[in-house]
Amino acid sequence: MKRTIITVVGKDTVGIIAKVCTYLANNDINILDISQTIVSGYFNMMMIADLQKATKAFDEITNELAQIGEEIGVQIKCQREDIFDSMHRI
Amino acid sequence: MLNLSLSEVKETNDMIEKENLDVRTITLGISLLDCIDSDLDRLNAKIREKILRVAKDLVSTGKDIEKEFGIPIVNKRISITPVGLVGAAACKTPEDFVSIAKNLDEIAKTVGVNFIGGYTALVAKGMTPAEKNLILSIPQAMAETDLICSSVVVGSTKTGINMDAVRLLGDIVKETAEKTKDNDSLGCAKLVILCNAPDDNPFMAGAFHGVTEADSIINVGVSGPGVVKTALSKVRGENFEVLCETIKKTAFKVTRVGQLVAGEASKRLGVPFGIVDLSLAPTPAIGDSVADILEEIGVEYAGAPGTTAALALLNDQVKKGGVMASSYVGGLSGAFIPVSEDQGMINAVEAGALTLEKLEAMTCVCSVGLDMIAIPGETPNTTISGLIADEMALGMVNQKTTAVRIIPVIGKKVGDTVEFGGLLGHAPVMPINPFGCENFVNRGGRIPAPIHSFKN
Repeated sequence: MKRTIITVVGKDTVGIIAKVCTYLANNDINILDISQTIVSGYFNMMMIADLQKATKAFDEITNELAQIGEEIGVQIKCQREDIFDSMHRI
Repeated sequence: MLNLSLSEVKETNDMIEKENLDVRTITLGISLLDCIDSDLDRLNAKIREKILRVAKDLVSTGKDIEKEFGIPIVNKRISITPVGLVGAAACKTPEDFVSIAKNLDEIAKTVGVNFIGGYTALVAKGMTPAEKNLILSIPQAMAETDLICSSVVVGSTKTGINMDAVRLLGDIVKETAEKTKDNDSLGCAKLVILCNAPDDNPFMAGAFHGVTEADSIINVGVSGPGVVKTALSKVRGENFEVLCETIKKTAFKVTRVGQLVAGEASKRLGVPFGIVDLSLAPTPAIGDSVADILEEIGVEYAGAPGTTAALALLNDQVKKGGVMASSYVGGLSGAFIPVSEDQGMINAVEAGALTLEKLEAMTCVCSVGLDMIAIPGETPNTTISGLIADEMALGMVNQKTTAVRIIPVIGKKVGDTVEFGGLLGHAPVMPINPFGCENFVNRGGRIPAPIHSFKN
């Protein structure tokens, strides 16, 4: 599996990164890069993750992350890196 | 390569989530030439076998790509070899052709695609008896199927215009309207008349798999009027250089997504990649409008003086930006200006800013033509033929694709509104010039190709 971009957007609250990272660790997903910012109370995070050793299918991971997002009131998306690369890198 | 930045990722996702960026269609072109048979039942069976075999994974693959990349793929479609050719040996009557249409409709429903295009006759210079029968079968075929799109190519720069076909289609459009009058004459929304039709167009209703194409091919249509509009709102008041650069850059980004999706679909389905059609195709959704871009460029409403020039530059910059983003560009590529499918166009008509004549002028500088326009049901058949002839002449002389998809709504008059639903939207019934052209369209024969077509 190629590199994957995980984005988390929503109202800032305690423990967002912890929740997401715990899930990734439990599923053997390695984080290659992480950047985060807060704009007027809104939490914006992007992770570049390597799903090579992940035990679950991409589809399942996407759904479970979205579910975790719902629980803590943020939107979590999981997308293959290629879509961003094609748009922003020649 | 540098890692992506948060702002780049956010820009892409904002385009998708807030500005309606989507892949409008993955269209799988399938040749049916190897299905040809003189026995109608055998022909229908072979068509069914081939489409089910080649397209069985189209919809699920589309959904997988959608999920993995996080980009909506609105339509999954199939285009086939023009049925006027495929059915020529087997079909002796219009009813024979209708049986193929019904077969295709069932196949479309089985495969789960949104449309099959290619219920088509190529009659730019002349009609074979089979092609004439296909044209005669269109009203019944459109009334008795849900997912079949029909097109008739009646002219080209190389051949001139087949006026016999144009005259006949005035009747056919009207009859299709009559046969589907319980649905606001919806059948006409699935029938388009073309000049200089491309063989690889992924957009409906005009998609068919041309005879110049391979056995099967993936063509992708991207869209994103909302993305262009948002980008332009950030350069309000700047000069034309800045305006054009902004459109180009945006078109590049949008097209790159199409190229990516086309490549993935091609790889996963084991079908060669054909082209990306880089079109700005509006939908009735708010913020997904080409008319809104024209207003952002600076006209009060689409249709105001300046509109044709604004559209000309928009169309050209979209092409310039898109061409480098894709390895093969084709189809219609440009800005679409349907009326019912674009909320900004509807507003312009309702405000009295946009007329049929202005739309005709606009079709000279953008892709395609008079599209999804509702006119009074009482419009004479010959007037519809005259309108088609005018639009075909624009295409023929300007060496571009033009099309007419017009809906004479039975029982409705100017000022009424028609509701087509879904992506087809709704439309105010527009006035059409009341003066006649019977003596012109009834002459018979064809209009010769223009002098500049002789380039040999």
